[in-house]
Amino acid sequence: MNNLIFHLRDAPVSAWVGIVIVAFYAFLAICAPVLAPYAESVSVGAQYQTWTSAHYLGTDALGRDVMSRLIYGARNTVGIALATTFLAFTLGASWGLLAATLGGWFDTISSRLIDVLMAIPPLIFALLILTITGTSVVALILVIAILDSTRVFRLSRAVAQGILTMDYIEVARMRGEGMFWLIRKEVLPNAAAPLIAEFGLRFCFVFLFISALSFLGLGIQPPTADWGGMVRESAKLIAFANFSSWESATFGLAPLLPAGAIAILTIGVNLVVDWVLHLSSGLKE
Amino acid sequence: MSDTLLDMKNVMIEGRSDRQWKPIIKGVDLSLKRGEILGLIGESGAGKSTLGLAAMGYTKGGCRISGGSINFDGIELAGASNEALRQLRGKRIAYVAQSAASAFNPAFKLINQFGEAPVQHGVLSKAQAQSDAIELYRKIRLPNPETIGFRYPHQVSGGQLQRAMTAMAMACRPDLIIFDEPTTALDVTTQIEVLAAIRDIVREYNTAAIYITHDLAVVAQMADHIKVLLRGEEVEQAPAREMLSNPQEDYTKSLWAVREFRRAPRPPRDVNETPLLVVENVSAAYGPVKVLNDVSVTIKRGSTVAIVGESGSGKSTLARVIMGLLPPSKGGIVYDGTALEGVGSKRKRGLKRHIQMIHQMADTALNPKQRIKDIIGRPLDFFIGLKGAAKDARIRELLTLIELDPDEFMHRYPSELSGGQKQRICIARALAAEPTFIICDEVTSALDQLVAEGILRLLDRLQRELDLTYMFITHDIATVRSIADEVVVMQHGVIVEQGTNDDIFTPPHAPYTELLLSSVPEMDPDWLSNLLAERAEESAQASLT
Repeated sequence: MNNLIFHLRDAPVSAWVGIVIVAFYAFLAICAPVLAPYAESVSVGAQYQTWTSAHYLGTDALGRDVMSRLIYGARNTVGIALATTFLAFTLGASWGLLAATLGGWFDTISSRLIDVLMAIPPLIFALLILTITGTSVVALILVIAILDSTRVFRLSRAVAQGILTMDYIEVARMRGEGMFWLIRKEVLPNAAAPLIAEFGLRFCFVFLFISALSFLGLGIQPPTADWGGMVRESAKLIAFANFSSWESATFGLAPLLPAGAIAILTIGVNLVVDWVLHLSSGLKE
Repeated sequence: MSDTLLDMKNVMIEGRSDRQWKPIIKGVDLSLKRGEILGLIGESGAGKSTLGLAAMGYTKGGCRISGGSINFDGIELAGASNEALRQLRGKRIAYVAQSAASAFNPAFKLINQFGEAPVQHGVLSKAQAQSDAIELYRKIRLPNPETIGFRYPHQVSGGQLQRAMTAMAMACRPDLIIFDEPTTALDVTTQIEVLAAIRDIVREYNTAAIYITHDLAVVAQMADHIKVLLRGEEVEQAPAREMLSNPQEDYTKSLWAVREFRRAPRPPRDVNETPLLVVENVSAAYGPVKVLNDVSVTIKRGSTVAIVGESGSGKSTLARVIMGLLPPSKGGIVYDGTALEGVGSKRKRGLKRHIQMIHQMADTALNPKQRIKDIIGRPLDFFIGLKGAAKDARIRELLTLIELDPDEFMHRYPSELSGGQKQRICIARALAAEPTFIICDEVTSALDQLVAEGILRLLDRLQRELDLTYMFITHDIATVRSIADEVVVMQHGVIVEQGTNDDIFTPPHAPYTELLLSSVPEMDPDWLSNLLAERAEESAQASLT
């Protein structure tokens, strides 16, 4: 813990920007019901209102408050992305470490199996499966988690193989330690830094992936607020926007709000990840 | 024009750690004439490499030159622009690194890497560089000089690679070359060839050199002057012969004295006692590569058996077979009358406890994410079943036994320890299992001489107090002579000669033992010249008869 505070003091500006962005989103997601002026999926006014004091960011095609939907969207999109990433990591990392530690045929078969999964373009694969299973939140999380765990498997296996050549592993093996002790006490603590960095990156990809699926209509289903879906619903508005006055121009900006929310969070997480990667690399400059 | 090539005055270098600048070099003067070789010695952390690099106006990442002047042939290097430095580096000042294997780019052929600097500096064209490379390869006595350059770095041996790198540094015929421990990673037999090659070529082109090493005997062969460094400060400097015969400072004297360590004689043992460990006709292979061939060794209780040989001779493989990491293809191991399983995981825990191993590189043998008390505590828990307060008390006992303060070290991580302290922790971890037999795999070769001597003394004391039996794998003949009861000489996976310490070190020797023994550098500055003359004469006689 002391160590963490020590590193935070030394963190560069970029990392701080990232931390502030991530903290802001987390705050929005956690306190959504308190912060949002209106409910998530209730019509509260006329459709397509401009940015006024009653609805700071206007209303959408069904008369729902855009700002409230953006705030709830943080909760839905980010929450599902986080759950998915956690699952992908639990699956991928434990399997990858196991494959590296056991080696032999288990490693060979696992690796080839993962190769097969990775050979199929993930978006098409996800679309295919989601069309079959239907688009429930659970199905969404499971499908993306399994697809993403393949990348985590690759990374954790590679990292673990490097660690397994170390003499302290040989010492533990000579002592006759069991496999789980080896993985938990000797390999995992040394693999943690790159895995944490990868967690951040994976989270961004999962999050973009969910947004993409929602945009295609197979992700989080309406009326639940979700940024990808919001972009889709309001995308066509850009074409009809009237940029003669500020008031009417805001109407055309509607799709940029959720898209911007996605972009800024992705950038924020990446800034933090860059810093964590730098720490774990041990470079002094 | 004066003949002083390099003149460093009151050089100060700082490194950044824990958010503040700490001094590494605290005001050192260094002056070098054309064609002169200066030996820079000191233990690790003394700032030898840092000072050597500063002679090129370079510091490692996280360091800076904070004061003093570095004057190279009239050009001030401290604070010079990168462009000005680029004009000098590679062209007039060259650098030869310790590990040639990691200094070469594995993706390019040797001869193309040779050409890089001269072509970049516009000294030679690409075609000229190639013919020049072949010329230099011949001068530095590489085998097949016409074709060796067209190989990749991994296709030539370590000694050849180190010579190829010296040739590469010579490419622009620089005025100054900095050699940073160029032979430390090599076997004694290879080291001689490289030393002779470096010395001849540097003399031929009248190149000045700074030769950094921690091996006194090596520096005795190479240098005109010797400078001793300690913690970033100069201890003393003198002409090589004077320094070797008559060192002034206490620290220098203590460095010189290291090689004189001899352990106290032991009382003789009962001859009829059953041997503790017997290796019976063991052959072993990594896949299709045969590494050990019909090796038999008998180790008596309470004795120290040294296994010597150059790298690739199968010393470490023998240790792996005994530890059960590599099952033998033929033969077996008998411990105290019981035959051991070839596969380590099938051996009983109570039996395993008796045989422990200490690795060469303490850095990689300690898990960087575990505290010292966890590292030593694990075998206590695993083998002896100690828990809680009893375990803590025993950890304290063990730390005291290896001469480290328990309160200070128990809660540290390995990265907060020096090399010698790390090796002591490895010893404590081995002792925690309460073994009778310990394999020491080159335990001192990564350490400075003073620190290594401390480790040897510790091992010697532990052996007397705990009645331990050692198998000591090493390529350092001085170590063998000082601590071994019996010596086994190995080459290409076969035992060449074995016998008691006295037998092996008194002539006549087996031919390979002779080569190995005569290759160990001595403190006499004429040793290398004499040895080479002797060997040349012998081969001349051999070709006559």
